Amino acid sequence: MLGALVCGVLAFVLLLIVFVFREAWPSFQHNGLAWFGSGGNPDQQIEKIFTSGNLLQEPVYTFHAWPIIWGTILVTGGAVALSFVAALFVSVFVVEFAPEWIRRILEPVIRLLASVPSVIFGLLGVLILVPFIGDHVITEGNRRSVSYIVSLSGYSLMAGVLILSLMIAPLMIALFADGLRAVPRGWLEGSLGLGINRWRTFWKIGVRTARPALVAGTVLATARAIGEVVMLAMVTGGVAFAPNPADGLIFFVEPTRPLAATILQTAEELTSPPMRQTIFAMASVLLFSAVMLSLAGWAIKQPMKRYGVRA
Amino acid sequence: MTTTAARPQIRESSASWRLSDRIGLAFAWLLGLMFLAVTAGIVLYMMVQGIKYISPTLMFTSPAAGFSESESGGFLDPLLGTVIVALLALVIAFPIGLGVGVWLSEYGRPAWLARLTESTVEMLAGSPSIVFALFGVLLFEQGAVGFLSRTNDGVVYGRSFLAAAAMLSLIALPLVVANVREGLQAIPGHVREASYAVGKTKLATTRRILLPAARPSVVTGAMLGLGRVIGDTAIIVLLLGATLRFNGAGDIPILETLRGTGSTLTSYVYANAPTGEANQPHKAYAAGFVLLMMVLLLNFAVDVAVRRGRRMTWAS
Repeated sequence: MLGALVCGVLAFVLLLIVFVFREAWPSFQHNGLAWFGSGGNPDQQIEKIFTSGNLLQEPVYTFHAWPIIWGTILVTGGAVALSFVAALFVSVFVVEFAPEWIRRILEPVIRLLASVPSVIFGLLGVLILVPFIGDHVITEGNRRSVSYIVSLSGYSLMAGVLILSLMIAPLMIALFADGLRAVPRGWLEGSLGLGINRWRTFWKIGVRTARPALVAGTVLATARAIGEVVMLAMVTGGVAFAPNPADGLIFFVEPTRPLAATILQTAEELTSPPMRQTIFAMASVLLFSAVMLSLAGWAIKQPMKRYGVRA
Repeated sequence: MTTTAARPQIRESSASWRLSDRIGLAFAWLLGLMFLAVTAGIVLYMMVQGIKYISPTLMFTSPAAGFSESESGGFLDPLLGTVIVALLALVIAFPIGLGVGVWLSEYGRPAWLARLTESTVEMLAGSPSIVFALFGVLLFEQGAVGFLSRTNDGVVYGRSFLAAAAMLSLIALPLVVANVREGLQAIPGHVREASYAVGKTKLATTRRILLPAARPSVVTGAMLGLGRVIGDTAIIVLLLGATLRFNGAGDIPILETLRGTGSTLTSYVYANAPTGEANQPHKAYAAGFVLLMMVLLLNFAVDVAVRRGRRMTWAS
C-alpha cells in the first residue's frame, strides 16, 4: 500500500515536469535557441507578447531572455561566491575554534537565520539596504554617467547579492560543518603530533578532506539561490536590464531582474495565452537547472560515502 | 558528540604561528562574530519595529481598502489565512511524507524504485517554489478539479486556499520524508528483530515500535515543514488570489472559505512593502514581526523536540 503511495508521488512529480515543459514548448519552438540569446529589451517583448494574446491577433512569441538570464547568473554567482568564503570560515570557526559558549549560541542562530522567511529579508532590504545604497554608495556623478541608459535608485544587483548571500549562508554553513565534523579525528591528531599548529592542521587536512562536502553544499545553495523569488523581486529593481561589467564599478549598483523574480512580476499576465507560454518557458529553464543541480549534488556526494560521511 | 570531549583543553598561544595562519584565525573569528551580530541585528530590528507599530486592534480587525495607514484596517484575515494554509498543507504533506519515509526506510524494494524516489524527493527539495506555483495554476484550472475553487460560467478560477495548500505541501514534503527516514534509520536493527521474535508482523512492528520510537524526528520534520510553509510567498501570491480579505466561494460555511481566496501574512507583507501595491511599511513591519514570532516559536519547538529525542538512547 505504501508502495502505491510512493508510485503516486512519483507520478505526480512526473506530471508536474511534463505539464510545465509541454506548456512551455510553443515559446521555445518559435524562438529556437535565440530564446537564450540577446537582442531587444525583454520588457518590451513581454508587453508585445501580452497584448497580442488579448487582441485575438496572430500571437507574437519573439522573446530574447539574455538580460534576464545574465541577471540570474550575476545575482546567483555573486551571492554564492560571497557566501562560500564566509560560510567556509564560519563553519571552520564553529567546528574547531569557537569556545564552547560561542558555539552554543552560534549553532541555534544559524538554524534561526535559515528559517527567517524571505519576505522579511526583502522588507528589510527595501527599507534599509536599498535607501542606504541609493544615498551613500551611488554618487551624483555615477547617476549622471549612465542616466541615458538606466536610472540608478539603489534597487540594484548589489542589494540582491548581499541579502541573498546572507540567506544561503546558513544552508552552506550547516552542510560544510557536517562535512568538517566527519573528518577522522586521528588524521588531525597525527598532524598536531608533528608539531603543526591548529590552524594549519585544520586548514590543510580538515578542509581538504571535507572538499566533497564543500562542493555539495555549494551546489545545493546554488539551487536555493536560483529559486529565490520574493526577496529578489523586491530589491533588485524590477527592470530587465543586463548590468554591464564594462561600466566599471557602477555595474554593481545597476538594477537587474533574475528569472524567478520576472515570473512573479509577470504572473498577472498569465491570462494571455502566448504570455503564459513564455512564462512557463522561463519556469522550465528554472526547473531544468534545479534538476541538473540536484543531480550534480547527488553525483558529488558519492565519493564522500567512502569516508563514511552521511549527508 | 564525542569530538567535543576529545578536544584538547589547554590551548596553545597563536603568538608563535606564522602570520598567514594568524590572519586566517582572526578572519574566522571576525566572520563568526559578524554572522552573530548580523542575525541579532535583523531579529532585534524586526522586534523593535514590530513592537513599535503593533497593537491589538491591528491584529483583530480585518483589512479594508484605504489609502492611509489609519484607513486600511488590520491583518486579522492574513493571520488566520496563514494558520489555515499551514494546517491544510500539513494535513496533506504529513501523511504522505510519513508514508514515503517509512517505505524508504523499512521496505525500499525494489531498490531502483527506492533510489528513484530518493532522488525525486531531493529534486523536490531543490526546485524553486515559483515552479510549483505555476504548475498549480495550470493544474487547478482543469475542469476536473473545478470543485476546489470558484467557477464562473464554466471557467475555473483555480485560485483558492485548497489549491495553495496543495502546492505548499510539496515544499514541506521533502523535509518530512527526510526527517522520518533519518529517525527510523537511527533505530538499531536488533529492536526490529526483538519485535519479530515475539511474533509481531512487520506492519505491527513499524506502527507500534518504530514510529513511537522515532516520534521526535517525525515531529521535527513536521515542524520544519510547517516553518517552510509559513514563510513561503511565491505560491501564496500566485495561487491564493490577491484579495486581502477572505473572499468565499459557494455557501457551505467552512468549505466556502477554503474554496475562496484570501491572503496570508507573507503576501500581506509583500503587498505592504514599498515595492508592493498597498505600500504601508508600518503595517508591513507589524505583520512581519508576527510572522517572525511564529517562525521563532516553531524553531524553539524543534529544539525541544530534538533535545527530547537525544535523551532516549538504545543499549547496543
